[in-house]
Amino acid sequence: MVAIMGSSGSGKSTLLNILGLLDGFDSGEYLLAGESMDGLNERSAAKYRSRFLGFVFQSFNLVGFKTAMENVALPLYYQGVSRKERNKRALEFLDKVGLLDWAEHLPNQLSGGQKQRVAIARALVGKPKVILADEPTGALDSKTSYEVMGLLRELNNEGITMVVVTHEQDIAEMCDRIIRLHDGQIA
Amino acid sequence: MLKIFDRDRALEILQVFIANPFRTFLSGLGVGWGLFMIIVTVGASNGLENGVTSDLGGRVKNSMFFWTQWTSMPYKGFNKGRSFSFNESDTEFLKENSKFTKLVAPRNQLGGHRGSNNIFRGTKSGAFNVYGDVPEYIEIEPVKILKGRYLNEGDIVEERKIAVIGKRVHELLYETDEKVIGSTIRVQGVIFTVVGVYSSFQTGEDAEESNQSIFVPYTTFGKAFHTGDRVGWYGLLIDPDVHADSAATEVVTLMKARKSVHPDDRTAFGHWTMASAYEEMETIFGAFRFIAFVFGGLALLAGAIGIMNIMLITVRERTKELGIRRAMGATPRTIMRQIMSETLFLTTVSGLTGMCLGVASLEGVNKLLLSMGGAGGSFRNPEVSVEIVLTALGVMLIMGVFAGILPAVRAIAVRPVEAIRTE
Repeated sequence: MVAIMGSSGSGKSTLLNILGLLDGFDSGEYLLAGESMDGLNERSAAKYRSRFLGFVFQSFNLVGFKTAMENVALPLYYQGVSRKERNKRALEFLDKVGLLDWAEHLPNQLSGGQKQRVAIARALVGKPKVILADEPTGALDSKTSYEVMGLLRELNNEGITMVVVTHEQDIAEMCDRIIRLHDGQIA
Repeated sequence: MLKIFDRDRALEILQVFIANPFRTFLSGLGVGWGLFMIIVTVGASNGLENGVTSDLGGRVKNSMFFWTQWTSMPYKGFNKGRSFSFNESDTEFLKENSKFTKLVAPRNQLGGHRGSNNIFRGTKSGAFNVYGDVPEYIEIEPVKILKGRYLNEGDIVEERKIAVIGKRVHELLYETDEKVIGSTIRVQGVIFTVVGVYSSFQTGEDAEESNQSIFVPYTTFGKAFHTGDRVGWYGLLIDPDVHADSAATEVVTLMKARKSVHPDDRTAFGHWTMASAYEEMETIFGAFRFIAFVFGGLALLAGAIGIMNIMLITVRERTKELGIRRAMGATPRTIMRQIMSETLFLTTVSGLTGMCLGVASLEGVNKLLLSMGGAGGSFRNPEVSVEIVLTALGVMLIMGVFAGILPAVRAIAVRPVEAIRTE
């Protein structure tokens, strides 16, 4: 469980986007599961994303017209999993983040903490190796923040790598290692 | 992989549309309206065509009328401006020499309509057309015999003073419960016995006119009204294998020689053929249909552009959603397919709706016309053929595909990072 810290504009989100194959990089090398990610086309990027990576965003980024369960099931839809299996697994992971009773709710019927937990369940459902979290607690109060971090910690203990971008010292300190960025360089 | 119908994909599309029903409705409106317009305008043009064609109903397609006018060129010692007429010997001449016609029916007329009253029966009177005809004339202008009989050969030979009267004549000269057959009417002082009542197959104003005529034997007409052997004009039937124009040319040429008319004289004879009347109408209705198609097509095009526009806006609005989908493992191809499917689905559903409404309104108008007893004047049985419906559908689908391309390309041009960047 790694925290990436740095002031605004220091390049932490850019680093995360590169790690998430959402953005390209100009120089250097990126190995994911032993394979170079250099010059990847969109189609292969999508394949790696759906196989190895899960995303958690500051603003949750749930699809507004889909229920919590459908949001969680979305990555599975793009993996070509059958509808029945999708929903089963989505419910399983909603249960894991403690939101089974909220499965049929739309995002705007959920609190900030609940939305982030749905987003985490969504990141988990594709059985990723790495979860990339961009300011996962940025929009949450401190009590909820700690709950969410506790959940991420639990998942890390289960063997999933966590990369958490944050600018909050107390959040960063909950991680095993802190990488500080300054003007695009690791300090 | 490339299934025609995928339940998941269909549900995905439906969900997007249900998420914003008003926008969906507005975007579909254009195409729906376009197809509605095509169906209704083509149907209306067909209705007009059916109406006008049935107005001509009962007239035989290879019929022709042929009459004399006045000369416009001096020839063989005759001055120009000479007027002349046909006579009995011309009838025999035509029958013997014309190869392109198969029936020659001389006619004479005592006019009538909207003129002073010329027919009397007791205290009742009316102004009707009286025709001197041969029995064969019924082949040129068929009528339905309601009571009694039509003219026959015996009437001609024996110069019987009998008459076949039109339905309207019957209505105007008789009380409803009066016996018609065997009764007498007075035509310009000459007494005729009524042997039959007919009605015309035509509709509209033409029918009204046709139903107030009286047919008397051709030979009797000549004696009774002192026309001698003069022939007013000819009704002819053209050999069905021969083009109407060739037959007309043949008859005119024959008569020019016989009547000492200059071969280049254009005004000496007049003729009218059903075939050219039909052709003329065909041209007019072809133009109608063309216009209906052009306008409908333009409406459809405008609709498709409308859909494209809305889809472009939608793609912009859904940038974030599309970005999330990309982060969740959607390939550009999946996204493109989704936007294309949405566009095509929207086009198809709204197009079919417009089409159904169009067909339904035509049916409604049809029912209304029928309930008015089919008295729609020059408009009846508006309809569209299956081919036209299928063509319109095909054009609509193609337009749907084209309308989807630009929004789909725009959708995959969005980079996932930009899409989900925190505002």
